[in-house]
Amino acid sequence: MKIDVEHVAKLARLGLSEEEKKLFADQLSAIFEFAEMLNKLDTKNTPPTSHAIPMKNVLREDKVVPCKNVEDILANAPEEEAHMFKVPRILE
Amino acid sequence: MHGKTAHELHSLLTNKKISALELTEAVISQIDKVESRVQAYVSINKDQAIKQAKAADERIKNNSNLTPLTGIPVAIKDNMCTKGMLTTCSSKILNNYIPPYNATIVDKIKAAGAVILGKTNMDEFAMGSSTENSGIHPTFNPWNTKTVPGGSSGGSAAAVAADEAILATGSDTGGSIRQPASFCGVVGFKPTYGRVSRYGLVAFASSLDQIGPLTKDVTDTAILMNVLAGHDPKDSTSVNLPVPDYQKALVNDVKKMKIGYIKELLGKGIDKDIKSEIQKAMKKFAELGAELIEVSLPSFEYAVATYYLIAPAEASSNLARYDGVKYGHRSKEAKDLLTMYYNTRREGFGNEVKRRIMIGTYALSAGYYDAYYLKALKVRTLIKEDFAKAFSQCDVLLSPTSPSVAFKVGEKAADPLSMYLSDIATIPVNLAGLPAISLPCGFSQGLPIGLQLVGQAFAEETVLRAAFTFEQNTDWHKQKPSL
Repeated sequence: MKIDVEHVAKLARLGLSEEEKKLFADQLSAIFEFAEMLNKLDTKNTPPTSHAIPMKNVLREDKVVPCKNVEDILANAPEEEAHMFKVPRILE
Repeated sequence: MHGKTAHELHSLLTNKKISALELTEAVISQIDKVESRVQAYVSINKDQAIKQAKAADERIKNNSNLTPLTGIPVAIKDNMCTKGMLTTCSSKILNNYIPPYNATIVDKIKAAGAVILGKTNMDEFAMGSSTENSGIHPTFNPWNTKTVPGGSSGGSAAAVAADEAILATGSDTGGSIRQPASFCGVVGFKPTYGRVSRYGLVAFASSLDQIGPLTKDVTDTAILMNVLAGHDPKDSTSVNLPVPDYQKALVNDVKKMKIGYIKELLGKGIDKDIKSEIQKAMKKFAELGAELIEVSLPSFEYAVATYYLIAPAEASSNLARYDGVKYGHRSKEAKDLLTMYYNTRREGFGNEVKRRIMIGTYALSAGYYDAYYLKALKVRTLIKEDFAKAFSQCDVLLSPTSPSVAFKVGEKAADPLSMYLSDIATIPVNLAGLPAISLPCGFSQGLPIGLQLVGQAFAEETVLRAAFTFEQNTDWHKQKPSL
């Protein structure tokens, strides 16, 4: 099977070298061919399980609380200005 | 004294035979002695550990607020946030990340008065079964440093096996606590999904991840579980159920307990030495009065394929946050935002992480979602149903933890699919969210073999009781590697 590795990498915002593209094309094909085995099972009437333990929405009151560790959070920023995260140019 | 268990050390500490400071210094000197050969840690916290040990000695002196963890040196897997202390997930993309908060389990361990020694090595973002995928350095198995310690919690398992920590935490998404425990000859326990808070655990596959202990014996596992377990309002998937005293579950008796051995995990693909040691363990349980029943879980054949669609799908979504904006590595080649994303992620992630992001992105992409991701979620239902059927006949399920003992460094590194297949016994348990333990049950070629016992959801006590009984009637957990 043929997988468009460049398209998938673009969706994942992942830069790949030429060698990685070649390597992943081969390995992803092998893995998805292996996954084809699931088609042997009839699941027409089987519901999907996204969580093994039953889950429900957990809600709390929407209350404003002070954020006490702003400095610690911003200390991790690759680039910061005036208490904001700075990123490279978005628009020309 | 670094060779002892937490419960042995607790009585020495409270009887004032040793001080917490002496204990922490003894473990640190063991780290100094063996760490260059094992490489279990990515960061070691000597000064802080000494300070915490002195604080524990104060608590002991004043006999105030004592817990079984007071003064006990603990290692934390490096995907659990520690305030003010590097948390890298063994990834270059987080190699400078200092969390502004503690994971809930770190808060609990600190509140119990334990000493945090440092952060242990792992496969990058917990993706791997050998700790060779660490972006920092590999870890080596204390029983034979030419072999891997298993993974992804390989650093925690190796640290406990080499007496570089008394207790350690791990996380388990497809076997990442149990398989390294098995390879390193220690006890590893994955609680039921939702039993332990995941707040502050760096997410890999959120519907599968669960935190648990790695320890030298089953009693220590129960002791650490008493600290870790419980509902946390900060984790909406943590379950609001009463938490039992797990130490009370440690009863040396399996009479009339029904133990199902899994037919599919004693057949082809399982090493012959492992099969024979597991059969001896079954005989032991029978001698102790348990009733052994053969059970079949035919969907297990499909578990690895199911897991390697679901886990990467969740990971590709969870790891989208590593974009170089708010924390972690940012590429210097970043003329605009999009180039910054591409280059940051290319430079920051290792091969296995990239591979899984690619698998997950493809499985979720337009035109393939139903064929792969949705199909896998449906097969997950079949696997869950197979477990339910098996548990209608028995109390716990028994199998090897891994089809082989620790493999050689480099042996499976080039073939991801063969690495994935080595998780066959552990993966189905995560897909069904069940509690399971791995404990030592023998040796092959000088390397430990692990026995896996699985229970029904929230039946941790049954699993611990069976494991404790086996341990009390065998000596495997007393064996030590000669480093």
